[in-house]
Amino acid sequence: MKRVVIEEELLSSGHFACPGCGETLAFRHVLKALGRKVAVVTTAGCGSVVDGYWPVSASKVPFFHCSFGTAAATAAGLKAGLEMIGDRRTTVLAWAGDGGTFDIGFQSLSGAAERNEDILYCCYDNEAYMNTGIQRSSATPKGSWTTTTPIQNLKEEPKKDIDAILAAHRIPYLATASLAFPEDLARKVKKAKAIRGTRFIHLLIPCPPGWRFQPDLTIKLSRLAVASRVFPLYEVEYGMHYQFSPMPEKIPVKEYIRLQGRFSHFGKKMVEALQREVDARWEELLERVRGHEPSCQ
Amino acid sequence: MRQLLTGNDAAAEAVKLSRVQVIAAYPITPQTSIAESLSDFVSKKKLDARYMRVESETSALACLIGASMAGARAFTATSSQGLALMHELLHWASGARLPIVLVNVNRSMASPWSLGTDHIDSLSQRDTGWLQFYCEKAQEVLDTVIIAFKLSEKLLLPVMILSDGFYLSHFVEPVSIPDQKQVDRFLPERKTRYRLDPKAPHTFGGGVSGPIFARLKKDFQVSMEEAKVIFRELCREFESIFGRKYSAVEPYRTEDAEIVLITVGTITGTARVFVDQARQEGMKVGFLKMKMFRPFPEEEARKVLKGSKRIVVLDRNISFGAEGIFSQELKAALYGMDPKPEVIDVIAGLGGLDVTPENLRDLCQKVLRGEIRSGKPHWMGVEG
Repeated sequence: MKRVVIEEELLSSGHFACPGCGETLAFRHVLKALGRKVAVVTTAGCGSVVDGYWPVSASKVPFFHCSFGTAAATAAGLKAGLEMIGDRRTTVLAWAGDGGTFDIGFQSLSGAAERNEDILYCCYDNEAYMNTGIQRSSATPKGSWTTTTPIQNLKEEPKKDIDAILAAHRIPYLATASLAFPEDLARKVKKAKAIRGTRFIHLLIPCPPGWRFQPDLTIKLSRLAVASRVFPLYEVEYGMHYQFSPMPEKIPVKEYIRLQGRFSHFGKKMVEALQREVDARWEELLERVRGHEPSCQ
Repeated sequence: MRQLLTGNDAAAEAVKLSRVQVIAAYPITPQTSIAESLSDFVSKKKLDARYMRVESETSALACLIGASMAGARAFTATSSQGLALMHELLHWASGARLPIVLVNVNRSMASPWSLGTDHIDSLSQRDTGWLQFYCEKAQEVLDTVIIAFKLSEKLLLPVMILSDGFYLSHFVEPVSIPDQKQVDRFLPERKTRYRLDPKAPHTFGGGVSGPIFARLKKDFQVSMEEAKVIFRELCREFESIFGRKYSAVEPYRTEDAEIVLITVGTITGTARVFVDQARQEGMKVGFLKMKMFRPFPEEEARKVLKGSKRIVVLDRNISFGAEGIFSQELKAALYGMDPKPEVIDVIAGLGGLDVTPENLRDLCQKVLRGEIRSGKPHWMGVEG
């Protein structure tokens, strides 16, 4: 069987992540797909903290901690600097959470994407500020519990559609990827690596303490998120050409949310409302894929 | 080669001569023409650099932090609100020990809007760990940028060069442009031991314990102190190659002066004219130009001001609720000096308010008559 990733581990064990952490697993997959010729920029967030405290670092690749809101700009500058000193081959990876991508880093990301900076930007999206202890972000799903959206004051707004926004920048490559489908994830990372310009990969990252589930369910929840179409898998080229990745048969959203404490207050009506929202988004996505079928062939 | 240049032209020319590799900038008056000139140099291949047309000053400095971590020589220019927007990253760049050079064209901070110059924008960044050098002339801007890169790369400390908006940034002066070969000899290409390199992977800027953090900050302070010595040495080397002399502080006719004015930026040029006139008229005045603000050159200042009876600080800034910042810093530097000089603080020229030789004559006459004394700051040109 042909290997899709290198054998060498570029993320050591002994990092500071919680048991069942999806972020570290995703980082491991991404690094293995990219190989050694990479330099990483990461913002404040779980990805920054779990790497370790001086003098230890779990990453075996060059790794720079940048400010919370500047992953994309720092990565773009790093790429420019590397090129100016004669290194044109190193892939520059910006690694940021949903807070650092959807919220505080959004301007910097939009600027870099509009300028088509030559960076690979991966967002590990666990749908809230998990590192500071589960506060609402614009990636938090509607109705979800967080410490700043308690039961009495739940989030009323739907999750920000970051992928549509990035696609509207007409970047050469965008993909969603899941821990439950590691070969697909690795393929997308390798494909992104070979493209010049801004590449964006959106990873949905189940978070046991933040989503309130047992640590052994991380992969299962990743799969259910895809199967329920809460997080469909697809690729977009130049913001126009949409293409689905292989996904399991569609299942009801209920299957996905019932395993998570953050949705434990959901009654029948709220489940139905969420199903309607997911269905509407799915239909919208189907339209985009259908609309571009001829060019996908 | 001598040319007529504005302060901003001189800054851009110096960046070209310094063979900067990555530039990221965002337009803001009165800095914009530096960014425009550099974009022009890069577009016309007069400078082999990447010019990043970013969407904010935050991203400008973030780009340079990345570029500098790669090992490239990096530059930006900004003003006022733009510098304030960079605040978080000014700390970040210095903490990461990145030798970035920045020209800030001083402009007052809103609200309300004013395009005029004062130094509150840069002095508000006093504690960010950047060296600060204030300039009097376009030639000095050009030369200081070149010296700054060498100083910065030697010490791994970022440097901010300050130029008064319009009075310096937009006024045209004759400037000697050094020969590229001579600049290359003075400032060879950047060499760095620590950078983001896949061949030798390291992690930079991650979490540290309290004792390590405090250790690093003490090391930083040691480097800041060292900067005073290295700057002196580099100025000597610069003078030997280019024939122009600079120093952290520059005294002018202070020996027997009854009043020593403290000047920063373009007010120095006004003071030169005033002091020469006043001396002819028999008024014993001189001035001390403060070029270096961080690190603060307290030993040099004490040496010059020892025995001075009256010091009048022309502060183009104010720390609200206290007094002018140069006055505060000088008082601290002169603490315990015997005999103790009288230090009078004058808030002068905020928002670009013009300070003329006549204003200085009037001020000094009032000081000599005892009408203006030390205590609360005196506001020049503001009634009531």
